[in-house]
Amino acid sequence: MAKSFSIRHQPGFTTIAAVCFVALYMPIIVLVVYAFNEAPSTSEWGGFSLKWFQSASQNAQVIDATLRSFQIAAIAATLATIAATMAALATTRTPPYPGLTFKYAMINQPLMVPEIVTGVALLIFFSRIKIFTGYSGLGYLIAAHTAFCIPFAYLPIRARLENMDLSLERAAADLYATPWQAFRRVTLPLLWPGILAGLMLAFVISLDDVVITEFVKSGGQDTLPTYMLGQIRRGITPEINAISTAFLLLSVVIVTLFFFVSRKRD
Amino acid sequence: MPEQPGKNAIEVRGVRKVFGAGDAAVAALDTVSVSIRENEFFTLLGPSGCGKTTLLRLIAGFDYPSAGEILLYGDDIALLPPFKRPVNTVFQSYALFPHMTVSQNIGFGLEMLGKPKAEVKARVAEMLKLVRMEHLASRRTSQISGGQQQRVALARALAPQPKVLLLDEPLSALDYKLRKEMQIELKRLQNQTGITFIFVTHDQEEALTMSDRIAVMSSGKILQVGSPWDIYDKPADRFVADFIGETNFLTASIAGIENGKARATLKSGATITASVADGFQPKGEATVVVRPEHAKLVKGKAELSGTVENVVYFGTDTHIHVRLDGSDDLFIVRQQNARSAGCGFETGDKAGIAIGDDAAQVLRD
Ligand SMILES: Nc1ncnc2c1ncn2[C@@H]1O[C@H](COP(=O)(O)OP(=O)(O)O)[C@@H](O)[C@H]1O
Ligand SMILES: [Mg+2]
Repeated sequence: MAKSFSIRHQPGFTTIAAVCFVALYMPIIVLVVYAFNEAPSTSEWGGFSLKWFQSASQNAQVIDATLRSFQIAAIAATLATIAATMAALATTRTPPYPGLTFKYAMINQPLMVPEIVTGVALLIFFSRIKIFTGYSGLGYLIAAHTAFCIPFAYLPIRARLENMDLSLERAAADLYATPWQAFRRVTLPLLWPGILAGLMLAFVISLDDVVITEFVKSGGQDTLPTYMLGQIRRGITPEINAISTAFLLLSVVIVTLFFFVSRKRD
Repeated sequence: MPEQPGKNAIEVRGVRKVFGAGDAAVAALDTVSVSIRENEFFTLLGPSGCGKTTLLRLIAGFDYPSAGEILLYGDDIALLPPFKRPVNTVFQSYALFPHMTVSQNIGFGLEMLGKPKAEVKARVAEMLKLVRMEHLASRRTSQISGGQQQRVALARALAPQPKVLLLDEPLSALDYKLRKEMQIELKRLQNQTGITFIFVTHDQEEALTMSDRIAVMSSGKILQVGSPWDIYDKPADRFVADFIGETNFLTASIAGIENGKARATLKSGATITASVADGFQPKGEATVVVRPEHAKLVKGKAELSGTVENVVYFGTDTHIHVRLDGSDDLFIVRQQNARSAGCGFETGDKAGIAIGDDAAQVLRD
């Protein structure tokens, strides 16, 4: 019997795979391990301890930045998901027309434009508005986060809608449901897993952002990632490892939930 | 012949539907006019792509005509959105709401109409009984079989008591036996509810067995409207004759039309009597059709003669293919089978084909 072709039997495959895995996971494993280091070093092991977690959780700046991160992520992800849901409905529930591809591109703009460019552009744009209005609150960060979260919320929602038979909405209309009733009673309940998946993805993306936040934030508006960046500039202690570890755990939980929700069928 | 006003549930008047624009424009419906009477089982029959679904969608309101009127009991509904039309649809794919139970699906239309809860509940119970689904009322629609889904789709569309029920090839997804069962079921439901049914199919046998009247469609046009008997025995043109059942086409010269009958002289020289449609005046040559079961194969001389080329046994009957003398045409004769007896002919036999007085029809084309 002839052996069927498998990439796993190609010479070098195992080596390359091993190198990739080590490069990906070793640094993270090391980071996590040193979060439990007794000694105040990220390279010399001094025994097991939870003291860095304790000190991080009592650090007022960490708490402040964490709360701000959550606040921004919650509001921005919600707004982005609402916008993305409307965009997904508008791009899948109408017959194809010229210019539709262009609209996809517009909606997905944040995936294509380098973050640094958006960051600089927003910095200049918002500084003008700050001068005119005198407002310097969290609104700028929320607006920026909402904008770059939209495509991440849009993708799972659109995928869900494209798998949803148009004839269901037609049947609802046939049975005397007004467009709003058809949306409320048929489209929305069936779309819900997609919306939830979009929301979670947007939340994680917002939570994780550094570049745009760094440019847009005013004084005293550090989020958790920008706080960590600032700390690292002054030298690393295992407290940063502890924060990173907690952050990692949170992301893993949310992304896992995302996979379960988006794979769920009707 | 103008229909009596007020007795028509639906009147389609000069409806055109064009898809696309410019050179790419396709007329899916090319000036269609038809009247559908109250309480009748009306079937749109035609091959795939002839415009049946398009016509149904225009009546349901999922699309709007490019020209023409659609009247529902005299009111033009052509431009109303679907949720404002007292017309319901049974979709080919059923389109049941997967997040609702069987009962919730059936009650959906009534609920949207704002009926009181008690009334919805009573009506749903009545519908469940009508389609014999009481035992599955609280199941999800994904947990029932195809045939059961079909019944739920029917009950859901019938529950709001529409003025007209539209059915787009509702049985095509079912296997043969279930399809036969559902055909009878549909007839029963139509009788019991008295609702006007507009039924779409490409299956001529289904159309003949179920309908009060049939409209035969081809390429966006309605070619003939009539009872199954009319359509089968008096096809107006070649397409209808060919699409419905098996037919023998003969060329004849027509003379002496009187009382809807004409003398048709066949190429063999024999003259037979053939029916002519009302008001049709064929000149000279025309095509005459004879159904295989309306001709009789005989041992001696008859109107036509030829050589038996093939004998095909079908259980209830036998088809005998005869190559006609003096031409290359094949003529098929269908004979009822008797128990323990052959049809009396074998391949190679010379035979005559007797065509009775009421067996032939002159086509319009
Ligand atoms: N939305 C549409 N856009 C373009 N052409 C269409 C559309 N719907 C139907 N058609 C065309 O109209 C014709 C009739 O289609 P349809 O009514 O679905 O036929 P049937 O139901 O008899 O099979 C076909 O040639 C089909 O390609
Ligand atoms: Mg069709």
